Amino acid sequence: MTFARVELERLATLASLDIGREDLERLGGELSRILDFVRQLETAATHETEPLTHPLELNQPLRFDAVAETVDRERYQRDAPRTESGYYLVPRVIE
Amino acid sequence: MKWESVIGLEVHAQLATESKIFSSTPTRYGAEPNTQAGLIDLGYPGVLPVLNQKAVELAVTFGLAIDASIGRRSVFARKNYFYPDLPKGYQISQYDRPIVTGGGLDVLLSDGSVKRIGITRAHLEEDAGKSVHDLFPDSSGIDLNRAGTPLLEIVSEPDLRSAEEAVAYLKCLHTLVRYLEICDGNMQEGSFRCDANVSVRPIGQHDLSTRTEIKNLNSFRFVEQAIAFEIDRQIRVHEDGGIIVQETRLYDANRRETRPLRTKEDAHDYRYFPDPDLLPLVLEERFIEAIASRLPELPRAKRDRFMAVYGLSVYDATVLTQSRALAEYYETGMKGSALDSKIMANWVMGEVLAGLNRDHLEIEAVPVSATDLAGLLARIGDGTLSGKMAKEVFEAMWTGGGTADAVIDAKSLRQLSDTDTLEGVIDTVIAAHPEQWAEYCAGRDKLLGFFVGQVMQATRGQASPKLLNALLQKKRHPES
Amino acid sequence: MKSRHVRALIEADRIHPGQVARHYRERIAAFNSRLNAFITVLDQEPRARPADAGRCLLAGLPIAHKDIFVTRDVRTTCGSRMLGGFVPPYDAGVVERLADQGCVLLGKTNMDEFAMGSSNETSYFGPVRNPWDLERVPGGSSGGSAAAVAAGLIPVATGTDTGGSIRQPAALCGVTGLKPTYGRVSRYGMIAFASSLDQAGILARSAEDAAWVLRAMAGHDPRDSTSVNRPVPDYVAALAQGIRGCRIGVLENCFDTGLNPEVGERIRDALRVMERLGAKLCDIRLPHLALSVPAYYVLAPAECSSNLARYDGVRFGHRAQDAQDLPDLYRRSRSEGFGAEVKRRILIGTYVLSHGYYDAYYLQAQRVRRLIREDFLHALETVDLLAGPTTPTPAFRLGEKTEDPLTMYLNDIYTIGVNLAGLPALSVPAGLVGGLPVGLHLIAGDFNEALMLAAAHAFQGATEWHDLVPPGFEESAS
Repeated sequence: MTFARVELERLATLASLDIGREDLERLGGELSRILDFVRQLETAATHETEPLTHPLELNQPLRFDAVAETVDRERYQRDAPRTESGYYLVPRVIE
Repeated sequence: MKWESVIGLEVHAQLATESKIFSSTPTRYGAEPNTQAGLIDLGYPGVLPVLNQKAVELAVTFGLAIDASIGRRSVFARKNYFYPDLPKGYQISQYDRPIVTGGGLDVLLSDGSVKRIGITRAHLEEDAGKSVHDLFPDSSGIDLNRAGTPLLEIVSEPDLRSAEEAVAYLKCLHTLVRYLEICDGNMQEGSFRCDANVSVRPIGQHDLSTRTEIKNLNSFRFVEQAIAFEIDRQIRVHEDGGIIVQETRLYDANRRETRPLRTKEDAHDYRYFPDPDLLPLVLEERFIEAIASRLPELPRAKRDRFMAVYGLSVYDATVLTQSRALAEYYETGMKGSALDSKIMANWVMGEVLAGLNRDHLEIEAVPVSATDLAGLLARIGDGTLSGKMAKEVFEAMWTGGGTADAVIDAKSLRQLSDTDTLEGVIDTVIAAHPEQWAEYCAGRDKLLGFFVGQVMQATRGQASPKLLNALLQKKRHPES
Repeated sequence: MKSRHVRALIEADRIHPGQVARHYRERIAAFNSRLNAFITVLDQEPRARPADAGRCLLAGLPIAHKDIFVTRDVRTTCGSRMLGGFVPPYDAGVVERLADQGCVLLGKTNMDEFAMGSSNETSYFGPVRNPWDLERVPGGSSGGSAAAVAAGLIPVATGTDTGGSIRQPAALCGVTGLKPTYGRVSRYGMIAFASSLDQAGILARSAEDAAWVLRAMAGHDPRDSTSVNRPVPDYVAALAQGIRGCRIGVLENCFDTGLNPEVGERIRDALRVMERLGAKLCDIRLPHLALSVPAYYVLAPAECSSNLARYDGVRFGHRAQDAQDLPDLYRRSRSEGFGAEVKRRILIGTYVLSHGYYDAYYLQAQRVRRLIREDFLHALETVDLLAGPTTPTPAFRLGEKTEDPLTMYLNDIYTIGVNLAGLPALSVPAGLVGGLPVGLHLIAGDFNEALMLAAAHAFQGATEWHDLVPPGFEESAS
């Protein structure tokens, strides 16, 4: 299998990653080989097997509806590269 | 060609919980930006979601109320896309295994008929934050207070055939969620939001045509206007030989038109998969039964009962049962009193609702209690007050004057219904206006009003109109 | 100090408070530059000593946390440029619990970026070196923790294991590495790679030491929905149960092609020791085990592609300068912040979840996952433990496998199945090949850590492999 460049660019867009032109070919080759490798999975007879999402098939616990966390906005926003007046800033979004 | 429109609504109802769906920060509206965004809401590394029981209960409550099937096993999935108001890069939502499937609402249409609108599904999900675009020169500001607020997304079948039907359904749903107290229904604050899927097809065609989706309609009026516009637009396109493109559109209320979303929608591929941080939500019968046993009387059942027990019209019964609190108000007023149910209905729907509307109050904060209103209406019944006086007393009660009797005493508003006293007043008035009286007795009926007015003035409005009329008649024709 | 074992260290600290921590601080200062095992070294414990230290399980025990566990007010990088300056405002469940039990945090250990790697070469902070041969890798992703314990820079360290990330470096560095049952230890505050596979565990000098730490670290955390609410047994007390009568299934799959023959001999030797101690051996084959690597390289990238979407340069982490618009900010922040292996896995994960491929890759991998778990459970009906080599070869050279991701992935061939099945497993030192350590892999049934630790403890009572110290790192050398 070879990985079409346009396909790789589509994935990069979905994943919000830039792939340099010089990396496209190498990465395409690597991904192709990895996907060829995982295609062995087709050899398993699974038509009667349910997918397993969690190793231990337990049920979701529920939390009592109460406010417990206190928010320290000033502290949290120290982790953020750009904030102003309590907002996180991003380049202007046009809707 | 004749066209038929096909409409389905997706409603996002914010569930009335104290804390968020997967975190324990508050859901209160209107806080300073990011003061209610905790570690989980902000998508900090390593922190994990834990499901709020109340959100689950409210979703089940809704499912039971619309006769839906409750998913004994539902699954939370991740919907992956990048957007600044989506801190984790994915939204946790139920995808192929929702908590509520099927069911429907009986919607009362304007012609008095009832139409069953199917509900495809309702699922739990988390809300996103908000972007602010006009506060900073070259930046958008992100406020994640709303991120993680529990939503119930309620998806209708494409059963609606006009903008009016869509609004009727939406109002019915709005009534229901408030009834069940699962959502405050506040549309301005975004607690109850609507997207509309609209398409048109030639009458007789069975298959659905390409649809467009109108996003974020936040009032009943906009829903109606936007859908009506979109139907017309699509018919025009079809008739001009054009093609409807499947797209998302926004409604511009100022220009009264819908237009395509400007942001380029990348070929969306949300890559849904089960959220590995959450386990399947498995509901036991006991859990569902406990919720069923707490279910209130539903609006339709209540409306039917109001018609049967109080003899009210469909219209009156529908208005009075539009909220649980209003219906309760009415019933409290009627309880143990011998009042005419129609008079009580008129007062609640008239004076009370008008007063609430004027003062921007909710029924929960009504200044005149139902029992006090019943007391006031009893004073009309026993002849103490005229209708007009009663309205005056009601106004006084509304502004803190106490019970009807207290107001009556304080203002000496007792109706003058003693025949001897009133005759005395009438005689005085006749003596003061002999010419008019003669004309009146000669057949000039119009002068009745003049004498009523004079007597009322002399008694400061307290004369019983009924008695006054009778006495004036009697004086005019003493023999009859 | 006479002994470097946990029990002795706690006792030593009781008599001379602070002395033990001081000793290890000195060793870190003396040796870390050779190994690059730590990303952050703390001169001072950031937390106050618990008031009732006398009742703590691990009072005064120095510890290092893999830099994947968030530590309040202490930089937490996850081995990535993306989090190079991240100072979290909260503690991971594991960090909190161990601090409450009196552990003294000496530093944060180096690791493969976001735990994606098997050699520690994907760390933004440079590779860790194997104390047995500085030209060789320590394994990964918990390579810093393994190297630090092996070189005696810390008595115990935490690690995480998604596909072998505790056991493989433990084997390559000659230490004991324990991955508990999925759900046994809180994942809260452990930076996610693949949520349904990640599990926190321990790197220690012996099974006994691991039992001491696990006893303090395990238990329910309501902040993690996948954390299991069941009692924590006394793993230390259970060590005494020994190995006599224990039925051990030898995973014959692992002795097929690809295994270094000398490694195979050491493992057979180790199994004979077990037998001599009273264990009963039999051969076991798991029909679907060969599919564990392909299943893993669908599921782990799928989960990681979504888990790592939160790193967008807005609320924390690296942000690209002068972005033109929002998509540009996202793409550049992420492309600058993530290394090659992380990007590769994000792209694979994006692919296998995308429209048209989901069923063939993701769902099929989940079905195979069930087959693999059923294989293990079926085998564990007839035996108490499963055993085999932890890795196919001893430590390889730095740079040897970086060119070909697939070859690197295959290094975890014996360990990955356990993560897919969620079972507990550990690696114990079982000898040297060419002067490099070899690990024996033991696997137990769900929540049967105690049995596995007891078997390993019995083995370590009869062998001295776990007491070997890499040349140049002896206590006297500091």
